Amino acid sequence: MRLRKSSAFIAFTVINVTGLALLFAHGALERQRQAPVLSEKKIMVERFGLTDLCLFTDARYTRNPAVADRSTPFQDNPLSLDYFPSGSILPPPPHLRAHELDR
Amino acid sequence: MNWIDKQRNIVDFALSSLLRRWRKNLALLCVYTFVVFIVASVVFFAEALKRDACLVLEGAPDVVVQRLIAGRHDLISSGHMEKLARITGVSDVKGRLWAYYFEPSVGANYTMVVTEEAAGRPGTVAIGAGVSRTLLAGQGDLIAFRGHDGAYVSLEVARVFPSSSELVSADLVEISEEDFRALFGLPEGIYTDLTLRVRNPKETVVVADKIRRLLPDTRPILREEILRTYEALFDWRGGIVLAIFAGAALAFIIFAWDKATSLTLEERREIGILKAVGWETSEVIVMKSWEGIVISLTAFLLGLVLAYVHVFFTSGTLFEPVLKGWAVLYPRFQPVPFIDPYQVATLFFLTVVPYTVATVIPSWGAATIDPDTIMRQ
Repeated sequence: MRLRKSSAFIAFTVINVTGLALLFAHGALERQRQAPVLSEKKIMVERFGLTDLCLFTDARYTRNPAVADRSTPFQDNPLSLDYFPSGSILPPPPHLRAHELDR
Repeated sequence: MNWIDKQRNIVDFALSSLLRRWRKNLALLCVYTFVVFIVASVVFFAEALKRDACLVLEGAPDVVVQRLIAGRHDLISSGHMEKLARITGVSDVKGRLWAYYFEPSVGANYTMVVTEEAAGRPGTVAIGAGVSRTLLAGQGDLIAFRGHDGAYVSLEVARVFPSSSELVSADLVEISEEDFRALFGLPEGIYTDLTLRVRNPKETVVVADKIRRLLPDTRPILREEILRTYEALFDWRGGIVLAIFAGAALAFIIFAWDKATSLTLEERREIGILKAVGWETSEVIVMKSWEGIVISLTAFLLGLVLAYVHVFFTSGTLFEPVLKGWAVLYPRFQPVPFIDPYQVATLFFLTVVPYTVATVIPSWGAATIDPDTIMRQ
């Protein structure tokens, strides 16, 4: 008997949903497996007194955005604009708007 | 015929209709899957890093105090430490010594950090996996650092931090205070900035306010503010996510708009024939809805599976050039899969629903016209 097209579509969708469910299950297992790695990183942050993740290493205000001040991207010279690629995708930290010294 | 059988017949017909134009629909499916893949990859990647940042940076100091002179971050003296230690609620004040070091031979920037543990082993450093990679240096090797006076100081690599911690340690060089001060020519009693522990976490805002009044040339940065920095960075509405998301979203809007405003002559004629052989307008709309669902659901599921594999099995390889920028040293990390069901549901409603609606609207328009008129076009 020939397989109906709708049956083939349902089977394909079920396979995809099952695949996705398996991947999400992998995610849950991976979270458990990586829990010690996360604690290790947290301990490292405590030990070094770190304030930032090492995501961008090209500019200091993108390496440590949490402790950068508002003028750092522009302080190479007057009218100097931010030219680092990472500076264009990193928004200014929200707390910079709150402090008197940064106004 | 019950409702399910009727729907299955309509799906059979919708699939046959799609297969008749298989080249066009396959191209459509590929583009659609790619758009979902990009959007889902961005969402998975950002969510994973956001959760990682929130968990890991819980260990950050309660308050960091920086000195600002002429709008720039400046070194801070131990005199400030004494004043800060007298503030009620502050349990511990420590001077933090850290610096940026540019290595001209490889063009990479490193972060030199002093720790108490390193005090016992002067002449040695512990380095991050990224530093090890750029300098091709391993345990027991000597690394020459150029000091403030131009003289080179060779320090032995005592250990390399595990690559699993690259997200925080890729560019770190752990060094003793003695070597740090000698390398950068920093006198005793001077620090890069200060860190504070506050006895009661609820009082950190009050303590920060006291610091601002007591030492007007300083700027306190709270741990909550550090965490908010990373929430903002990986937020849907801004930063890195928006930069990548905007392009994909625009592609999808153009794609859906094109679909919504166009119906080929062949498709219009097909609708006319269906109406002429007795199909109701509602049945034509259901058939066209199924066509939309088949394409969009398949693209959504495939895109999601591919995005998961891309982000959590290949560490988001496609995003590497975006994150890398001009940096020579780039951390290699495996994001921990944190998936928010809310985001998956949002993705579903942002991709499957608009496309299906976009497919139905022109068909509904064609299905309500007299079949004879459509077939004569």
